[in-house]
Amino acid sequence: MAGPRLSLDPMTITEAPATTRVTPADERIFVASQWQLMWWRFRKHKLAMVSGLIVIGFYLAALGADFLAYADPHTSEAQRSLMPPQPLYFFDAWRFSPYVYGIKGRRDPITFKRVYQVDANQKIPVRFFARGFEYKFLGLIPTNIHLLGVNEGLEAEKTMFLLGTDVQGRDLWSRLLYATRISMTIGLVGVTLSLFLGVLLGGFSGFYGGLADTIIQRIIEILRSIPTIPLWMGLAAALPREWSILQVYFAITIIISLLGWTELARVVRGRFLALREEDFVVSARLVGCSQMRIIFVHMVPSFMSHIIAATTLALPAMIISETSLSFLGLGLRPPAISWGVLLQQAQNVQTVAISPWLMLPSLPVIVAVLAFNFLGDGLRDAADPYGH
Amino acid sequence: MLTYIARRIVLAIFTVWAVSVLAFVIIQLPPGDYITSYIAQMAATGSIVTEQEAENLRIQYGLDQPIYVQYCKWMVMIAQGNFGLSMEWRRPVVEVIGDRLWLTMIVSFAALLLTWVLALPIGIYSAVRQYSLGDYTFTFIGFIGLAVPNFLLALVILYFGFVFFDANIGGLFSVEYQDAPWSIAKVWDMAKHLPIPALILGLAGTAQQIRIMRANLLDELRKPYVVTARAKGLSEAKVIVKYPVRVALNPFASTIGYLFPYIVSGSIIVSLVLGLPTVGPLLLKALIAQDMFLAGTIVLMLGVMTVVGTLISDIILVWIDPRIRLEDT
Repeated sequence: MAGPRLSLDPMTITEAPATTRVTPADERIFVASQWQLMWWRFRKHKLAMVSGLIVIGFYLAALGADFLAYADPHTSEAQRSLMPPQPLYFFDAWRFSPYVYGIKGRRDPITFKRVYQVDANQKIPVRFFARGFEYKFLGLIPTNIHLLGVNEGLEAEKTMFLLGTDVQGRDLWSRLLYATRISMTIGLVGVTLSLFLGVLLGGFSGFYGGLADTIIQRIIEILRSIPTIPLWMGLAAALPREWSILQVYFAITIIISLLGWTELARVVRGRFLALREEDFVVSARLVGCSQMRIIFVHMVPSFMSHIIAATTLALPAMIISETSLSFLGLGLRPPAISWGVLLQQAQNVQTVAISPWLMLPSLPVIVAVLAFNFLGDGLRDAADPYGH
Repeated sequence: MLTYIARRIVLAIFTVWAVSVLAFVIIQLPPGDYITSYIAQMAATGSIVTEQEAENLRIQYGLDQPIYVQYCKWMVMIAQGNFGLSMEWRRPVVEVIGDRLWLTMIVSFAALLLTWVLALPIGIYSAVRQYSLGDYTFTFIGFIGLAVPNFLLALVILYFGFVFFDANIGGLFSVEYQDAPWSIAKVWDMAKHLPIPALILGLAGTAQQIRIMRANLLDELRKPYVVTARAKGLSEAKVIVKYPVRVALNPFASTIGYLFPYIVSGSIIVSLVLGLPTVGPLLLKALIAQDMFLAGTIVLMLGVMTVVGTLISDIILVWIDPRIRLEDT
């Protein structure tokens, strides 16, 4: 999100306690480390806690995408094009035994559209830890066990469609999980690059001041007053068509972070300016510490928490950027799978009106962005545990 | 105040220059040039362009000279009001862009205006009635507005319009006015179509502005001068609107500068979804076809437009905030 954020909590100095008696609870606070204080403060922020769990959940899903998926995300089949989501029944005659109904597809003789009918006679049991397509768990252990699957002899690709299929008949649930992997990590890689640029330039700007500061500040101002999407589009359109998925992936992250570092630089510079005249920094300088030591041993640890909070708040913008670019067809391109790539199929209203489940990939985008925002807010409040 | 404005103008000129360089770099980045894609295009339709012909075309378009010469040539041409030929459309770029740039501006400006019209009263309400049901409702809508990328919002609204009202709510004109010359009726038709794109584009900004206004006003409302005013017996409306709102307005106003580029940026992608006749769809096409002059001109014009918009907002800011005026004189 563009624009400055304002913090609500005023920095009030706590008054000295009226009584000199120190309760055990007070003592616990007095001896607690800074990180411990932050954690206590963060824990009070319920929404941020829940969001933190959601974010962890997203990354776990990204890690175990192939385990959670049950169908190969690339197997397409015209016979299964645009199948609606299929309900999963958990109880069969009051016993826990999940199953789905078989589905028969045929072509409507008048409209030539494929229509699908539930075959109520055919119950297909759904198995846990079933065998399916081959993959490497965490990229290391070759296996073919998936969380969900069907009996031996049947292929999950041909029987289970929990979230329906896309135009090419590929299973949406499985594709969504693979997309989560790419979209969530692209944000992470992009933000790391932005962080590097932001800390380097913001730090330089704040620590040395003077001409360097002026120039960097003007560059930031210029970058912030240019509409970013046309620039991204221009840069992304320049990527050679024959590049591999991995090359495009990194190119896109670089493009996004090249324009996304300004906010982080602003935060870092602000902290440097605030700390530069602090007593402990001045004394470190007087004692004769080297500049590197002052920066990395004395200053950086004291605003690490602020950087973490700012980074978390920068992530949603990265995710939205990637999704937007891919949605336009300028970002990641099939066969790469990301939320934006999946949403490309929902570009046409007529298609979406007939197959609304194609819009499902927008849900994880929204949830992830919200979760990162709340988590970032909580972290920012906790970053300064000495305020009231 | 004059020094301040002069400094802003210098920065604006620098920004325009930076945008022009960026626009030029973007155009130069793709491997090959327009002629390469032109040859490929001709080959696809069956005609063959000889080496000699290609060479002549390159000389004709000045593609054989070093990059900086090409850049300077481009700049000189623009200074003369000649934006070059769109190679894809075989017509002057200005003609291809036509009304689209103005329409982009109108849509963006409408979104900005809507942001203000909505954010100001809602922000005040949320601060004055903190933790009320209304406050929570607006906060919730605000978070949704911040979290949903605007092209998704456009998609969802388009979908609901299509499914529940059986109407295509995209576009900026009714079918009968699409190619009609400008008239009062056409302007009125556009005004009727404008609210939906403006709302979609403005929602994220509105959400952000509400939060800023609410936070600022909450800070102000706790200050002693508000208590004094109230104790003096001023009416509640006067207590709030006359003093704290005015003070809280300043940081609120200073964010327009950042909001405007963001809205213009968003209008590109939202236009594609809603089928608005702005420069967005044209830019995408031009980039894909490597239509150098067209894409470059669009990026440049969008940049210039944004810089001018920001400059105006800066000047308004000095005008309403005497503190900035005093700081620099």
